[in-house]
Amino acid sequence: MADLSGPTTAPVRHQRPLSPHLQIYTPMLTMMMSIAHRITGVALYVGTLLLAWFLIALASGPDSFATVAWFMDSILGKLVLLGFTWALFHHLLGGLRHFLWDSGWGMDHPQREWLAQGTLIGGIVLTVLVWAAAFALR
Amino acid sequence: MVELALPKNSQMKPGKTWPKPSGAKRLQEYKVYRWDPDTGANPRIDTYFVDRDDCGPMVLDGLIWIKSKVDSTLTFRRSCREGICGSCAMNIDGTNTLACTKGMDEVKGAIKLYPLPHMEVVKDLVPDLTRFYAQHALIEPWLHTTSPQPEKEWKQSPTERQALDGLYECILCACCSTSCPSYWWNGDRYLGPAALLQAYRWLIDSRDEATGDRLDTLEDPFRLYRCHTIMNCAKACPKGLNPAKAISEIKNMMVARQN
Repeated sequence: MADLSGPTTAPVRHQRPLSPHLQIYTPMLTMMMSIAHRITGVALYVGTLLLAWFLIALASGPDSFATVAWFMDSILGKLVLLGFTWALFHHLLGGLRHFLWDSGWGMDHPQREWLAQGTLIGGIVLTVLVWAAAFALR
Repeated sequence: MVELALPKNSQMKPGKTWPKPSGAKRLQEYKVYRWDPDTGANPRIDTYFVDRDDCGPMVLDGLIWIKSKVDSTLTFRRSCREGICGSCAMNIDGTNTLACTKGMDEVKGAIKLYPLPHMEVVKDLVPDLTRFYAQHALIEPWLHTTSPQPEKEWKQSPTERQALDGLYECILCACCSTSCPSYWWNGDRYLGPAALLQAYRWLIDSRDEATGDRLDTLEDPFRLYRCHTIMNCAKACPKGLNPAKAISEIKNMMVARQN
């Protein structure tokens, strides 16, 4: 019988690599919308700070309010506000999408694609509407 | 944990371009992930050319052709070649699916092949599925009963049986779980779409008597609730099943039992 107690010729085991993931996966609409929901959620924290600044300045008197008003009216301020508006609507509609899913509707194909497209387009449309109304009322 | 970049030892390098078969009229280019455990060098992408006139129509046919005619060291799993065993699951053209049911004609240009995403690679296109199977074992995928054993079989009406449609067909190929970003980042604690679909399959089986215990096992911020309805699972499933929906049904069962 062969002697099994001696040294074996087992090869050295090298550390296994991790297979590629995000790098190679085709972006799916629902996947991108999930990422966008996260990002807009984080952006809303920043937007809320902006809102707090606005409210505090409003309460503190005309001088501090003038500073806020100047910033919000600048090009950068307008861009930030535009982004905030979009993030708000996008995240809001995304939240409604989650409500629908929680009720058990919209998980199947093609409803899940409609929901994703609806959220994406709806967020942009609502943003445009609010800004159009804001400029019309000015 | 979210780690967007690959570890150093996992970053892919350009590989070898194998010679084109002589006299072939219709060529199909394959770009295949290779990793050799014997050398331990970084993974590389090899290029092969398959003679379409000498080979079947599916992506798997091309792989088998390469292995027998060009490079016998190319390693991949396959068995039934008709979408029922789940062995040849891999990332094809950016999406997880079975190589045996994916036609070469369905891919434009070179066919890019990677092992199932975010898994430890054993060799080439073979990922280590140990944890995936452990997760399946955790949900105890068999009938649990406390009633006395019936004289013959445990009976089920046709309607009750229909509740299992869209769930029992799972072949455990792991396409869904390894397509899920949540599973990529938290695969050590989140059970993943495949195990949860099977969990639901037993939760709604009219004959099963351990629904409460099964829900207790899943009641965990990670095991069940790491699903964020990204839906990659439902899009990847080569059997057309919907794990995301099954997970959502489990969440609803959790709510329902609070009342």
